[in-house]
Amino acid sequence: MTTTAVRARPRTSEERLPGAWGLGLRRGVLELKQFFRQRDQVVFTFAFPVVFLFLFASIFKDDVRGAGVTASQLYVPAMMAAGIMSTSFQSLGISIAIERDEKVLRRLRGTPMPPAAYFLGKIWLVLVTGLLETAILLLVGTGFYGVDLPSSAGKWLDFGWIFVLGLTACALLGIAVSSVPKSGKSATSVVVLPFLVLQFISGVYISIDTIPDWMLNIGALFPLKWMCQGLRGVFLPSSAQVLEQAGSWEFGKIALVLGAWCVGGLLLCLLTFRWKNRRDG
Amino acid sequence: MTTQANDLAVDVRGLRKQYGDVTAVDGIDLEIRTGEVFGLLGPNGAGKSTTVEILQGNRGRDAGEVLVLGSDPATGTRAWRSRVGIVWQDESAPAELTVGETVRHFARYYPRPRDPEEVIGLVGLEAKADSRIKALSGGQRRRLDVALGVIGDPELLLLDEPTTGFDPAARRQFWDLIRKLAGEGTTILLTTHYLEEAENLADRLAIVAKGRVVAEGEPAALRERHGTGATVEWTEQDGTPRAEHTDTPTKVVAELMHRFDGEIPGLLVTRPTLEDVYLRLTGQEDVR
Repeated sequence: MTTTAVRARPRTSEERLPGAWGLGLRRGVLELKQFFRQRDQVVFTFAFPVVFLFLFASIFKDDVRGAGVTASQLYVPAMMAAGIMSTSFQSLGISIAIERDEKVLRRLRGTPMPPAAYFLGKIWLVLVTGLLETAILLLVGTGFYGVDLPSSAGKWLDFGWIFVLGLTACALLGIAVSSVPKSGKSATSVVVLPFLVLQFISGVYISIDTIPDWMLNIGALFPLKWMCQGLRGVFLPSSAQVLEQAGSWEFGKIALVLGAWCVGGLLLCLLTFRWKNRRDG
Repeated sequence: MTTQANDLAVDVRGLRKQYGDVTAVDGIDLEIRTGEVFGLLGPNGAGKSTTVEILQGNRGRDAGEVLVLGSDPATGTRAWRSRVGIVWQDESAPAELTVGETVRHFARYYPRPRDPEEVIGLVGLEAKADSRIKALSGGQRRRLDVALGVIGDPELLLLDEPTTGFDPAARRQFWDLIRKLAGEGTTILLTTHYLEEAENLADRLAIVAKGRVVAEGEPAALRERHGTGATVEWTEQDGTPRAEHTDTPTKVVAELMHRFDGEIPGLLVTRPTLEDVYLRLTGQEDVR
């Protein structure tokens, strides 16, 4: 037989594998680098809700009767909620489907990287881009469309938890939906259609008091409607509550629904996530 | 010679895998010793990739026992994964990152990685270390794939058709790289449908066809065992080329020497090549 030089490699069972949190942070940095290096993607991701805010808030700007707000003001929290969902649900749903199709996921699975590190990296990406998106919309909203920054610490706190819970729920749903498209090519259409429909029936494009109740009830099954409602509660005067289905902001219910979606979304991810494409078995 | 179980980097018995009605792997046995370069040779669709994917822990199996570095890949832990390097058949690395960023990042996944700069040098990408991956040529990307496969300093490296699509020069470079890794003691399993590659790199090889191992051994031994006789070729005085297949080539040449009284024009004695053996064993003789 052939002579073989076998390296002496003492391997101990307690050899330390790198931890998931640290690697998750490293992956987050890498995800952000990749994101910001695709300049066209950066411009369009951030410009999309701003352009829509400009269109809607400039076309519809009359006072809403009896609510003490203008239509333009209503669009600011609505577009913020849609922006949070687009940076989480839409961007993850599409990008993970493409990564799966291009075997990026399979390659990662072949390394000792803990799976949690991959998801932590995505969370960092979504958190940073979501914050940026929200900040941009807030700037435009306060600068041009008569929305005031929250006046009390309590309102800022509400803003904080609505942002975190909404972003988390939508990110988890995005990860789950990434398994639906059969290929990376079809991912955009598969992910964008449900998002677009949700935006219509959750009070993003069309004022909540104009949408038929049955549509609103379907929208109420998903997080977006509650994110819109919560952000209206943060940024609009309380006189605007009359426009709500329930006639109030319902912060408790919002926390409950978004929290439930975080748990449900996590379960959905754990049950459906695949590292390989369907045709790869 | 007796081989002890712990000398085996890969130990496969009775491996079977079916896709619907198609049997991709139909009872394969493999023993790969620690430190050797083993070639899995066969035509497309012979079951090579399926076998390697099962060894990677990336695909389930229907039957058979599989031990890779002493563990069943189907239940491979992170510690086990850190000892196995994989170069897939079709890969894509993140296009927007540079070669250096990618290699350094992957090094972090492993408990005891090789030095990233050294690995970049090993695959000959020093000049491209700061280039975005999207700017690399196909061959350069493949070398990056190899770099990511060996960055964790694996004990076993699984390469699935690593040189498909390479030009001849790139293939030679790649062979040097594999020899270098083998020289360092890494056990290597590579699949290929290039015979020359298997013959050049592998200490031992198995020829697979239709999901089964049809021959196994050292390349020279395979040739001897499965290739019989020789072909004597010469040119007649009137210029007609002649060839004779015989079990006794020396006798034929001796007779020719009598007839020609001196130099035999165009004399050529050839033994069957590994390629002849391969084509016969895989039932592809008629393609020649």
